[in-house]
Amino acid sequence: MTEGSYRDGIRAILPLVPAILAFGASFGVLARAAGIDALAAVVMSATTFAGSAQFAVVSVLGAGGTAAAAIGAAVLLNGRYVPMAVAASGAFRGGPLRRLLEAQLLVDESWALSSREGRFDRNVLVGAGALLYVCWNAGTAVGVLAGDSLTDPATLGLDAAFPALFLALLAPLLRHRSTHLAAALLGAAIALALTPITPAGVPVIAATAACLVGLTS
Amino acid sequence: MPRGADVVSVVWLCVLAVGLATIATKASGPVLAAGRELPQSTARVVDLLAPSVLAALVATQAFASDERLLLDERAAGLLAAGAAIVLRAPMLIVVLVAASTAALLRAVS
Repeated sequence: MTEGSYRDGIRAILPLVPAILAFGASFGVLARAAGIDALAAVVMSATTFAGSAQFAVVSVLGAGGTAAAAIGAAVLLNGRYVPMAVAASGAFRGGPLRRLLEAQLLVDESWALSSREGRFDRNVLVGAGALLYVCWNAGTAVGVLAGDSLTDPATLGLDAAFPALFLALLAPLLRHRSTHLAAALLGAAIALALTPITPAGVPVIAATAACLVGLTS
Repeated sequence: MPRGADVVSVVWLCVLAVGLATIATKASGPVLAAGRELPQSTARVVDLLAPSVLAALVATQAFASDERLLLDERAAGLLAAGAAIVLRAPMLIVVLVAASTAALLRAVS
């Protein structure tokens, strides 16, 4: 396996840049609408860098929920990053601080793009993650400044871009590999079955259990 | 204390707590497992983590809305993306096909 470069990671994530910018902006807009001040929204995008958890905090606080409820929802949504980061841990280099900082660039998209046959390409993860980080934070800044004058990303169909990206990353893993197909079908089934009966975030965490089909074959 | 100050402190409590929790969540594996290769016995299982998580993300991002299952324009976008993938279209085209399908359906409905 040849190792990728930062440029490979950046090139791989480019198709998603408009969607990330738009969703960063919509986070900024929704945060302001929920009564969160501009600085807090910008600091949150810079330190948390996990879209679904940030949207959850905004929607809980905006609906008058408690801090505990908002934090709990965010922790559940980010729970999937524990197994994902453990899987990718062999890719990171250097001392604890450098590993801690580089690991912050791990989000769904950079993790998936850097996955190669059960191993992870550090340069692709860091390159893709860094561009995503810049776009997410730039989008947030635009959102808190521009406010309601922006178009809802859903009008442009940008919410449909994310499942399409993940499907495009999934498809090549499934060709001629029945165990991978079984894990994917089981993962999707677990996630869909749990969606109506568990808090948001739990379905994807539970779906990671589908990788245990690897023990049976 | 005035209610405005309460709201501000609740927001900052959330920003700090969620930020720290997320940083710890992402860093736990990479810092604690520092450079150790995973044992061979777990490699097969870890190899299947990508298809499991990706399929779960496809399913939830296309068919879930909060805690409900919902069939909407995203599903049509995903179907169009699937067709583009079968035709071996590059990633940019796949993403554009999905977004424009969903946008068109929303514009006419």
